[in-house]
Amino acid sequence: MREFDFKHLRDAYGEVLLEMGEKYPDIVVLDADLSGSTRTARFGARFPERFFNMGVSEQDMMSTAAGLALAGKRPVVSTFSIFATGRAWEQIRQSIAYAKANVKIVATHGGVTVGEDGATHQMLEDFALMRVLPNMRVFCPADYYETKAVVRRVIESEGPAYVRLSRAKFPVIFNEDHQFEIGKAQVLRKGKDLTAIGVGITVYSLLLAAEELQKEGISVEVINSPSIKPLDGETIEASARKTGRVFTAEEHSVIGGLGSAVAEYLAQHYPVKMRIHGIKDIFGRSGQAMELLAYFRLDPRGVKEEILDFLERG
Amino acid sequence: MVSDKEILRLRKIALKLRKHIVRMTGLAKSGHPGGSLSAADIVAVLFFHKMRLDPKNPRWAGRDIFILSKGHATPVLYAALAEAGFFPVEELRDFRKLSSHLQGHPDRLMTPGVEMSTGSLGQGLSVANGVALAFKLDRSPRRVYVLIGDGEMQEGQIWEAAMTASHYALDNLTAIVDYNGLQIDGPVNEIKRVEPVADKWRAFGWEVREIDGHNIRQIIQALDWAEGVKGKPAVIIAKTIKGKGVSFMEGKVKFHGVPPSHQEMEEALKELEKREKELENEGI
Ligand SMILES: Cc1ncc(C[n+]2csc(CCOP(=O)(O)OP(=O)(O)O)c2C)c(N)n1
Ligand SMILES: [Mg+2]
Repeated sequence: MREFDFKHLRDAYGEVLLEMGEKYPDIVVLDADLSGSTRTARFGARFPERFFNMGVSEQDMMSTAAGLALAGKRPVVSTFSIFATGRAWEQIRQSIAYAKANVKIVATHGGVTVGEDGATHQMLEDFALMRVLPNMRVFCPADYYETKAVVRRVIESEGPAYVRLSRAKFPVIFNEDHQFEIGKAQVLRKGKDLTAIGVGITVYSLLLAAEELQKEGISVEVINSPSIKPLDGETIEASARKTGRVFTAEEHSVIGGLGSAVAEYLAQHYPVKMRIHGIKDIFGRSGQAMELLAYFRLDPRGVKEEILDFLERG
Repeated sequence: MVSDKEILRLRKIALKLRKHIVRMTGLAKSGHPGGSLSAADIVAVLFFHKMRLDPKNPRWAGRDIFILSKGHATPVLYAALAEAGFFPVEELRDFRKLSSHLQGHPDRLMTPGVEMSTGSLGQGLSVANGVALAFKLDRSPRRVYVLIGDGEMQEGQIWEAAMTASHYALDNLTAIVDYNGLQIDGPVNEIKRVEPVADKWRAFGWEVREIDGHNIRQIIQALDWAEGVKGKPAVIIAKTIKGKGVSFMEGKVKFHGVPPSHQEMEEALKELEKREKELENEGI
């Protein structure tokens, strides 16, 4: 097995936020008593007059951010994913999405890799909740370097956006030169027997699983899809036409996430057999991050076995 | 009048809970010691003096209900439930592990004695109101207790619920605010001011009493007082110290969600054991 460096996505976020703060004086940052965890505290220390700690008031925070946007500021809002997209969903819907307020929501602590805090804090429904909103775009980077690229792009783009980051350190699979474009997926590994699409940490899992499967004579095409909405349907369809089988994996409910987005697209453009792999309509639980990833079969071994099962059962 | 002996008994239990809190978070290398330690005396009085409970029959139909709205303080809740006999004390050491029923935040389906799943702040008072309304409909003498954090009061839902409780005259409900002055990012009144706290609750139609949340006698008297309030809900604003009982944790923001290291855990346990011996000698 290859050795990987592990780095915090939220560290990348904190660093890019400083860089963007220097570059764009209209950027303001809001947090809800989690600025140490989300890493917005670094921006707060550098630009205290442009940082607003709203306390434990997420709903208030979202609509306040909308107000700042109305008055010409470029708000970036952070808290844990559950409290951003869950607690304040309707504030996001009306004040940000419907009003098309230029607010970027960058939330940490998505998925089961939140770990010990358990089900209440493991957000597994955020892609679904954000994807369903008109005007909202949804992104989820796979590692430290992709986080930098995604956050830069998103902050420089116009309009509402949601970015999901993690609590746990993720394996580093890209480097400083990694590019990200809104609405674009990347084929990371070419293959012909099956298309495997991942997002977040499952991209790493799929890459390793593909290496292992190659040894067994199975050729897997691995696609990274950090742009969940807009989805890169073209790249996905081209791959599906080649392999005839699509597998998706995500640290999210099997309902409403990346898998659903891919299924919605393919069903209407080029239907193929699919397996949507993720959290199977249940809540998470306490445990260590990587232990939970394995428990929910989203680690390299888990996705490999799921792919084999999919190939076997069709 | 509560006897000195009863007070001493409860002080000893609170110390036991504190030792569990330190050990659980230390062993789990995760969890929230600060806000658990600040609530230890309040929880000790509720579970070992005030509430009608039957640990051998967790769903006993006559029991009072406790809701930990500040759900991150699971260590103090689990410690109390274990010491009361809802499940074996040995299970505490598996807190937050994949194999354990002791979730990071309370899970009513997994842990005996946990009445409500919480962890996302701000919802517990509304749930308590619902339970209190049902008890009223049933003409039940059962009471509802809910523990709220001071930072948690920044959630709008707390104030929606505050209005509900007074509107429906929920005098079968006692709310307790653990006013330890700290939240995650710093002092509550610097992050986003909650003062004037007592006046706010009064303006929302509540009877208010302010106490020292580490004084067992005051806690007992306040809970008795709240039970006597009629036609209105009552809130006890308990002034506390975050990390109370472990000198290097007291008043430290850091220990909100950071567990003691192994060495700190040993040190803290030593301090609490010394305190236990002193209490033993006090004997009264
Ligand atoms: C809705 C929601 N937002 C944010 C959090 C994260 N969080 C956990 S504890 C906490 C601070 C709570 O402070 P306080 O109520 O004073 O708790 P205590 O000091 O008693 O531990 C925050 C922001 C949460 N659990 N729920
Ligand atoms: Mg507090």
